[in-house]
Amino acid sequence: MQLTNRSKKIDKSEMSLAERMYLPAIASGMAITLKHFFKKKPTINYPEQKRYLGPVFRGHHILKKDEAGRERCTACGLCAVACPAEAISMVAAERKSGEEHLYREEKYAAVYEINMLRCIFCGFCEEACPKQAIYLRHDEFVPVFMSRER
Amino acid sequence: MDIFWIKAIIVLVIFGLSLVVAMYSTWAERKVAGYMQDRPGPNRAGWGGLLQPLADAGKMFFKEDFIPAQANKWLFIAGPCLAMLTALLSSAVVPFGDTIIVGSDEVQVQGIEVNIGILWVFGIVSLGVYGVMVGGWASNNKFSLLGAIRAASQNISYELAMGLSLIAIIMMTGSLSVRDIINTQHGGSWNLLYQPLGFIIFLTCAFAECNRTPFDLPECEAELIGGYHTEYSSMKLGFYLFAEYINMFVSSCVVSALYFGGFNYPFMDKVAEALGTDATGHNIATAIGFGVFFAKALFFVFFFMWVRWTLPRFRYDQLMNLGWKSLIPLAILNIVVTGIGLMFEIRWFSWVAVILIVGVALVQAALKPKAARGILEAAPVR
Repeated sequence: MQLTNRSKKIDKSEMSLAERMYLPAIASGMAITLKHFFKKKPTINYPEQKRYLGPVFRGHHILKKDEAGRERCTACGLCAVACPAEAISMVAAERKSGEEHLYREEKYAAVYEINMLRCIFCGFCEEACPKQAIYLRHDEFVPVFMSRER
Repeated sequence: MDIFWIKAIIVLVIFGLSLVVAMYSTWAERKVAGYMQDRPGPNRAGWGGLLQPLADAGKMFFKEDFIPAQANKWLFIAGPCLAMLTALLSSAVVPFGDTIIVGSDEVQVQGIEVNIGILWVFGIVSLGVYGVMVGGWASNNKFSLLGAIRAASQNISYELAMGLSLIAIIMMTGSLSVRDIINTQHGGSWNLLYQPLGFIIFLTCAFAECNRTPFDLPECEAELIGGYHTEYSSMKLGFYLFAEYINMFVSSCVVSALYFGGFNYPFMDKVAEALGTDATGHNIATAIGFGVFFAKALFFVFFFMWVRWTLPRFRYDQLMNLGWKSLIPLAILNIVVTGIGLMFEIRWFSWVAVILIVGVALVQAALKPKAARGILEAAPVR
């Protein structure tokens, strides 16, 4: 009983003269490489060409705001708990009076950090969030930058 | 203009051309490798990656030029120089074209026309192993030394078969001069049509002499790290790699000169007639011939790469078996058969050997088909 039934027994009997001449086998091998030489290349030249990422792609993280432009995040910490890579950390703060147009609930995240070296883009934070505040964009990668300023 | 200066210009052009071809062979190699593996190859530096060789050279120059403490310093430096020197020397006798007429002088498009041209090539190619040998030994590294020893024994083994396969050509031409060999192939009677077996042996040996896959055991990474150039870095390594590509170009030139008629092409007499016999017409005809020769040589450069990205490396005992037990006896058989043919003035007689071998192989395959040779059927599925 085999797993796939695709394995083949190797013929270890002595090679015939035709096989020992190598040339027919070499010719057929070179025909194969030549066929590939003229084949259309499947490569996508990345920075110039970008492929469609799909509606379920998990890319750049954003903290969303609601319709009135108020931050949804309440710094409950569920995302940080859900995060398998322990990449999320936050500092909670209380909303002062007069800040109702900025934050939707009485509590908000004064600092919300995702360590991009740890993040594995699993999307568990997005699933854990009760306020639909954190979201992994389906259309954009995390931007690559060389300087530390951004 | 003095004939000396015309010759000097021709020599310089040949020198520059072989360097440029070798430079762009590195680009072509990577491009061919990419295309055969369904990817585009280098395409960032310049249009289609055409500036890649310059970028590579720049990188090479900026790397640390390291000489191991235990190495023999002068031999370590001499190794790549020797490799480069011998690679460039061998192109001197290759006739790239017919003659050009400048004023009253008729000058051959060739470094030097010597009547032992093919011997010159052989002598220089045999010297070529010195570069590898000296470099490998001077590195004071076991792997380098092993690589160098492999290169030396491989070159010596395959030089025999190469020389023997050439003897058939020399017998037919009656001359050692490469230009004479090309001239006798004038009018479509290319040596390939008379010496199929010799051509295959020569080509195989050319691969071995250039240390190219499937015979690149001297630099077999899996067994020897980098082979003879394990300890080399910077432009010294660059010289070794570059010398390999120059060797490839020169052996492509030699193959196309010996077996593919060199600068001869079909209907060249008619073309020459149409262009006229005055200096300009003659020079244009020569230029066309030069282009044809170059195209043939470049095709073989491509062929070298094509084979490299198709075939895996031979094992060392397989390499020696092929050289000593197959190619040398076959080359001797080829000489005997060609000699018999020449005795009765049948130039194509070498085909008899080919037909004989193919016939025996076919008969054997017919008498003992693969299924009857005790092939083990796949285990029945339960």
